[in-house]
Amino acid sequence: MDILIGIAGLGIICLIAEIFDFRKAIVPVTIIGLLAVLGYSGAKALNNGADVIPGFGIDESKYFGMVITDNYALAFSSLFILLTIFLVALTPEFHKQHKPKISDFVAIKLFLLTGAIAMVSFGNLAMFFLGIEILSISLYVLAASEPKNVLSNEAGMKYFLIGAFASGFILFGIALVYGATGTFSMETIIALDKSTLPTWFAIGCGMLSIGLLFKIAAVPFHFWAPDVYEGSPALTTATMSTLAKVAAMASFFKLLTTLNPSHAGFLTVINIVAILSMTVGNLTALRQTNVKRMLAFSGIAHAGYMLLAFQFAFNAYVTAQANLFYYATAYALAGIAAFAVVLSVCGNKGNQDIYNFNGLGKTKPLMAAVFTCALLSMAGIPIFSGFFGKFFLFNQVLDKGRMILVIFAVINSIISIGYYFKIILAMYTKDSTESNEEQVKSAPFAYQAVAVTAIVINIAIGLYPDFILGLIK
Amino acid sequence: MDVSFILVILLFGAAATYFVGDKWASKAALIFSSFAFAATVYIIYQYNLGEKVSFLHDWMQSPHIVLGFQADGLSLSMMLLTTALTPIIVYSSFGNLFPKTRSFYALIMFMAFAMVGTFLSVDGFVYYIFWELSLIPIYFIALIWGNGDAEERKKAVVKFFIYTFAGSLFMLVAFIYLYQKTHSFLNLHLYNALLSNTEQTWIFFAFFLAYAIKIPLIPFHTWQANVYQKAPAVGTMLLSGIMLKMALYSIIRWQLPIAPYAAHHYKYILIGLCVAGVIYGSILALKQNNLKKLLAYSSLAHVGLIAAGTYTLTLDGLRGAVLQMIAHGFVVTGLFFAAEIIERRLATQSISEMGGIRVQTPRFTSMFMILVLASVALPGTFNFVGEFELLYSLAQANIWMAIVGGTTIILGAFYMLRMFQLVMLGESNAKLFKDVTLSEGIVFVTILAVLLFFGLYPKPIVDFVTPELDKMNFYINRYN
Repeated sequence: MDILIGIAGLGIICLIAEIFDFRKAIVPVTIIGLLAVLGYSGAKALNNGADVIPGFGIDESKYFGMVITDNYALAFSSLFILLTIFLVALTPEFHKQHKPKISDFVAIKLFLLTGAIAMVSFGNLAMFFLGIEILSISLYVLAASEPKNVLSNEAGMKYFLIGAFASGFILFGIALVYGATGTFSMETIIALDKSTLPTWFAIGCGMLSIGLLFKIAAVPFHFWAPDVYEGSPALTTATMSTLAKVAAMASFFKLLTTLNPSHAGFLTVINIVAILSMTVGNLTALRQTNVKRMLAFSGIAHAGYMLLAFQFAFNAYVTAQANLFYYATAYALAGIAAFAVVLSVCGNKGNQDIYNFNGLGKTKPLMAAVFTCALLSMAGIPIFSGFFGKFFLFNQVLDKGRMILVIFAVINSIISIGYYFKIILAMYTKDSTESNEEQVKSAPFAYQAVAVTAIVINIAIGLYPDFILGLIK
Repeated sequence: MDVSFILVILLFGAAATYFVGDKWASKAALIFSSFAFAATVYIIYQYNLGEKVSFLHDWMQSPHIVLGFQADGLSLSMMLLTTALTPIIVYSSFGNLFPKTRSFYALIMFMAFAMVGTFLSVDGFVYYIFWELSLIPIYFIALIWGNGDAEERKKAVVKFFIYTFAGSLFMLVAFIYLYQKTHSFLNLHLYNALLSNTEQTWIFFAFFLAYAIKIPLIPFHTWQANVYQKAPAVGTMLLSGIMLKMALYSIIRWQLPIAPYAAHHYKYILIGLCVAGVIYGSILALKQNNLKKLLAYSSLAHVGLIAAGTYTLTLDGLRGAVLQMIAHGFVVTGLFFAAEIIERRLATQSISEMGGIRVQTPRFTSMFMILVLASVALPGTFNFVGEFELLYSLAQANIWMAIVGGTTIILGAFYMLRMFQLVMLGESNAKLFKDVTLSEGIVFVTILAVLLFFGLYPKPIVDFVTPELDKMNFYINRYN
């Protein structure tokens, strides 16, 4: 809870700073503040039972059980804070035409982070719903943050309508669960004997799942994603496809582990959704020429991979949590690095078509190298952490003996090579279409710094996966 | 000093090569790869003295993965092949000018690092990582510095990448499945895994897919000739000289001992497939007009025979395979280098445009001739030793297989000598052809010295690899 208060406070400081005209200080102060909170939550997560750092015990539950900060919540919160630091660092360069509004963009991202953290550390369904709404409303605003651009308006509107629809499902689901159990508290629900509950408990769980699958953009609830991703400003797309997607996935996982609808068909449905997401996402991505759209579809496919983590035995989901966290971290870091490059290449152009990347290997070798690493990580080539993420998930699924799922996932990995390598080929084999003047200009420092840092962390956790896996024990 | 030192040298060499800049990159690569070779020789010397040169260190707790590099006769000899060929390959490229020199040489060094890692790993997971890692540098080497039309090259290289990547993913699934059974990736634990016959069959073929694509065996060979032709000479040498040996080595190290039942059960089908590849490669080589493609198909035939030798599941077959892997590594590097020299001078790969080189270049001709003779396994060359043992093992398995496989020598002599005749002999060509320079000569002499020395005195290598192969042979034949 202290983390939540800290971050929300930071957002308010941003808004106040604008009033007193300290705009220049906003981004540095925010980043330093976030780093401090990251250190705090990281220290708590590292403590993890063993008292590594004295005085940082994990406080299980606070505010009448509204917030539970367990390992899982702390680990994911740390990831979200890290991602937000990257996103905030990208903000001033991206919005350099709108300097006066910088505080809004930073503050909204901080509120979005507040929502995301509430979504993984909730101890009560009401808190969960508050979190998901704070996250969603921030995203609606960000998606429509280019008022003079028709596509951005369309994206904001579409996202709002679909998002509101999904929220309706979630709310109805929560109502049904309340009706069946008589409580919002997760601690009480987890202790209940699920077999004695009335049917509408399962229906409520189903409706909650549908709502969250909308947010995750899993097939067949994915139709909004490509349009919204393409239309939104590129930085918002980066936020949606990394932070928001991972947050929704993490809260979905937490919800299912605690509600635990022990209906046999439930997992089968999730698995079918996983297979569909992977296959449809990858096959459609093959045909895209716009890089943002391609990354949107690849994000759908990655959501499918993450859904593989839902194979766990009753009350024994710690490994599954760790695997999901690892995959999410790897995916999000690669995504941030990739989007930093997309921003630097297509920042001031009207489109994000692949030909913009032609000859990047010659004109901006560093950015091309980072993008290549990010794509190789998403494709699951070893030493990049994306490979280890896939490996841990495959290991877990095979442990439950579901060979068919692994075969589907493997075939999809092969398909995904096709479109990831399309970009790599464009960067290294084609000649640049840019004018000479643009070729000489180097990428902005902020983009370079974020891209390199993200990819270095990505490779580092690949070399030392125990660190990430050990955060959740 | 343990074997991980070699990996450190090569990885550090790759970084150093990149950072010294374009001007010094090639020299740095040569220095570091030669240093790695010297260190390899020293480690082998230590190993022979009975000192401990293996390296084992825990990497991950759950799943349990060990960063383990084992040193035994088999691994060390393959490592020696890699570190000996790398400086030769680097030195052979001194005559060419590459754009972005430092990236080029850094990738070569990185590839050597990955290949040495593949040969040394005891842990299946670490082995898989190195196996995949070696794919990335060769992809970029062939893609960026290759020759011919860019679009066609791109197609060929991407096809190669997707083929090999697809094959290896199934190997990864097999490894994970084995891990579920044994809770370990260490090769000794995997050999002793209790697997039913059906499980063995599935695992065997998952491995087979990865290796058959990499070697390549028919019908998985379609990527090969195009990539060999389109890649720069260095890339072709790396691919044919060392990289496909990774797959042959892995058959002996992983596939056969883990699934011996399946290996025995499908023995004749596999040998048949390999021998069919021998004939098929030879016939295609006969018809080629492109020099590099001809060499690619001849390589297809030779490695088909090596693979057939491993699948005979006899000690002779395994030993012949290892000897022939080393011999073929050297000879094929030399042959592709000769093709590269001709291409440098005449700017063509097409045989019909060559001819009449002999009268202008006595030294080049004689060295090329010895290489051709070595490649058709003339007694007295290293290739003869290996080929002889391979055919002998085939005869133990089935005499008809040996007879059909033996035609490789006849067909090989036929297409290689025909190639030599068309390329080197004939009327004096109008084009001027300079004889080999000193640096080119050094490369040839080194390769020929190795081939002839071990051709006459193979005992050191045979003695060095036999104990480990005996052990593998025990695991492979433990149910009989």
